[in-house]
Amino acid sequence: MKLIILSDYDEASEWAAKYIKNRINRFSPTPDKFFTLGLPTGSTPLGCYKKLIEYYKKGEISFQYVKTFNMDEYVGLPRDHPESYHSFMWNNFFKHIDIRSENAHILDGNAPDLLKECQSFEDEIKSAGGIDLFIGGIGPDGHIAFNEPGSSLVSRTRVKTLAMDTILANARFFDGDLSKVPTMALTVGVGTVMDAREVMILITGAHKAFALYKAIEEGVNHMWTVSAFQQHPQTIFICDEDATQELRVKTVKYFKGMMHVHNKLVEEP
Amino acid sequence: MPSNKSVSDAPITQFVNCRILRDHSLQREDLWVREGKILNPEKLFFDEQGFADHKVDCGNKIIAPGFIDVQINGGYGVDFSQVTSDIKGGVALVARRILEHGVTSFCPTLVTSPPAIYKQVIPEVTLTDGGEEGAGVLGLHLEGPFISLEKRGAHPPQFLCSFEEGGMPDLLKIYGELENVAIVTMAPELANSGQAIRDLVRRGITVSLGHSMADLSKAEEAVQHGATFITHLFNAMLPFHHRDPGIVGLLTSDRLPADRTVYYGMIADGIHTHPAALRIAHRAHPAGLVLVTDAVPAMGLPAGRHTLGQQDIHIEGLHACVAGTTTLSGSIATMDMCVRHFRQVSGCTVEEALEAASLHPAQLLGISHRKGTLDYGTDADFVILDDTLTVRETYIAGHLVWRK
Repeated sequence: MKLIILSDYDEASEWAAKYIKNRINRFSPTPDKFFTLGLPTGSTPLGCYKKLIEYYKKGEISFQYVKTFNMDEYVGLPRDHPESYHSFMWNNFFKHIDIRSENAHILDGNAPDLLKECQSFEDEIKSAGGIDLFIGGIGPDGHIAFNEPGSSLVSRTRVKTLAMDTILANARFFDGDLSKVPTMALTVGVGTVMDAREVMILITGAHKAFALYKAIEEGVNHMWTVSAFQQHPQTIFICDEDATQELRVKTVKYFKGMMHVHNKLVEEP
Repeated sequence: MPSNKSVSDAPITQFVNCRILRDHSLQREDLWVREGKILNPEKLFFDEQGFADHKVDCGNKIIAPGFIDVQINGGYGVDFSQVTSDIKGGVALVARRILEHGVTSFCPTLVTSPPAIYKQVIPEVTLTDGGEEGAGVLGLHLEGPFISLEKRGAHPPQFLCSFEEGGMPDLLKIYGELENVAIVTMAPELANSGQAIRDLVRRGITVSLGHSMADLSKAEEAVQHGATFITHLFNAMLPFHHRDPGIVGLLTSDRLPADRTVYYGMIADGIHTHPAALRIAHRAHPAGLVLVTDAVPAMGLPAGRHTLGQQDIHIEGLHACVAGTTTLSGSIATMDMCVRHFRQVSGCTVEEALEAASLHPAQLLGISHRKGTLDYGTDADFVILDDTLTVRETYIAGHLVWRK
């Protein structure tokens, strides 16, 4: 596991975006060899998406031969609802870049058969050759995608009932009206993300500090689903100073001491 | 997934690197066009898995809905109120030339004329969508002859009429027919005008108040009957008086039907309306301001003596007067000039200036579901402007029809 500690949110976002750019460019995707990304929604990755768009506009990166798989989507929310993850991805990323629609996969929360939708999402990931780099954020309770506390650490893509904490947190996006907040979602499982060849988790802000501590300093625990990635061979946590507040001094010092090595990963080729 | 999946083989054009006027603000968005309509790219992406066939780089310019001129008497030597052997050709010539001023649709306007003229001209002017051959024709604007003698302005007094037979019979007697008529300007103080207004509105024709001595209560009554427009505010009406504000008072009247917006035409050429008066109107009622050129046949021609309707007029600079007098007889300003002048003297936003020439006239005519906006599904009639609001390119139905 790598832990990358940057001074603030903007630096963390830029580091993540540079890393993704280098990974894609070194892979040299072609029509016969697509790079496959797993993508999150939410406020944490926004800065990273902005940077990637900037690199695209400067011609430093192309998504023409990139396939994407999004982590989750609400059930029953109209696709064009402003809070749907389809809308999020369109407005914050897809419409700004050169990705082709057929390569951008998002779970359909309005599918007539949700179980079938989940299975076919898993099948599509498989037929794309698996995911090269899965990017994720986490909630303050350590959930990754909608794998709320208590989710099985070998779970697959499925229908999930949201925790009351998550529903309450989301109410602000639905006029503060709890009755409008979706209560179910489709989400990739922890196991689905574990299958990726590499996983990148973005954690910023003091309110995520306890979750970061649980993620990396305590044992693997299904009440903090992000902790599962301790057992992934290629995981990279990217955080800001605020998010390290619950970590031991020893942990922070060790990883900060590694930064001169880790920074090579984001150097221009 | 929600339905409304619309699949088509037509090519898709994406205008990139631009700021587009949508929802009352300039947004950094691309504009997508297919089959002459503005396309929702999110639906294209998710529902059809489609993408753009062509990209057009706009060089960071502004894209605004095409301008709509609801009051234009002619231009380039063509007088819509003169019978010629080629009325259609005259309208077509003006339609083609005003593309360079960003106008994508217009209402050819006839000033007070003898009945014989109406009967010859009205059948010749047909509605068109516009295209490479010129701006679209939304319908005629008949300004008179049911107007006030005192406030006739440049209109010839001998042809003025009143509603002697109760409304529609008078209208049909003078005009012959009302097909292809979009707007009728009348003076509401004429007897039986209420019935005439109701008859016209029922036929989907916009009624405008103008060339009138009406006081405010008469004007309010006309609005209650269905009138929704004021022809060239301040011009050819009683001046604003604080104890009886006259037709001008409609801008702040509280005796209008709820949910009704009264629009008012504004000749923002710097001559027909003093900048301070323009500012008063704009600040009192910004949502109703409709820029009109009221352009006369001399628009686009050099200075000198020209003909408007049955009268001679004299052009000097931006002034057009009845020959030998100082009575203004319409303007020779172009729509893009009016937009720039309005923006400059009112201090309004770029968005407001552009909407006064596009959204507001479309709302006035009840066609904002297809023109006057860049909303998804509307006609792809638009202009590309630089930051000085100079028109660089004009598009109708997604096709480039003029380029600077």
